Amino acid sequence: MSQTTVRIPTPLRKFTGGAKEVPVTGATVGEALADLTAQHEGLKATLYDESGELRRFVNIFVGSTDARTNGGLAAEIPAGQSLSIIPAVAGGHR
Amino acid sequence: MPPTADLRDRPWVDPSTSAPPLALPVAARRLIDEAVAAGYPHETCGLLVGRFAPGRTEVVRAAQAANLNTERAADRYELDPADFHRIETAADADGLEVVGIWHSHPDVAPIPSETDHVRAWDGYAYLIVRVGDAGAEEWRSWLRDGETFREQAIHVAASDEESTP
Repeated sequence: MSQTTVRIPTPLRKFTGGAKEVPVTGATVGEALADLTAQHEGLKATLYDESGELRRFVNIFVGSTDARTNGGLAAEIPAGQSLSIIPAVAGGHR
Repeated sequence: MPPTADLRDRPWVDPSTSAPPLALPVAARRLIDEAVAAGYPHETCGLLVGRFAPGRTEVVRAAQAANLNTERAADRYELDPADFHRIETAADADGLEVVGIWHSHPDVAPIPSETDHVRAWDGYAYLIVRVGDAGAEEWRSWLRDGETFREQAIHVAASDEESTP
């Protein structure tokens, strides 16, 4: 199992005790996030919907690639690449 | 303090207390001014990079991001996550972090709309700029605190750090 880190955006750090980065183990995005949410239970509801899929308001990047374009939770994590949780930022006046 | 008329229909704005101010370097303000004017009549968006300091949200620089919502660019924005990643990675390298989001409201008051509310992320500053055909018209900033926004005063100050596109 490979070791990597997940970068946590400011709004989610309340679930990681303030940590900006969390070391995790996993060969795929799904495995890495499973380890992350095992360590920090509170992230589960933010990351996954009821059917266990990634919420559409959350993006996971592997290195600089959006995991959704590369298999989603099944995307493999190349050696030396870290993960980032990127909030889907949106709004508008209407 | 009773809500002003423009806040009465927006229960997601808490007018009873204000949030710590947003310190904004003049270079960041200039970047946003130019971006919202160039983007008019569409909404433009980007990130505020800096640090959460005691008693204030301190912006060091602003950066523009692409609005991926091309179908409704006149009244919606969807910030390109690849731009978010790029800007956050650069912030990280400088020991800074993403502290907020800026976006424009073309011809509409810079108060969080229901869409802004539904899509808001806790803890970020939301700087909104009303823009018209002559450029930026009104600036207001709102700190997302749990399920509501609280307004924060904007303190513009000169800075030796330049904003980057």
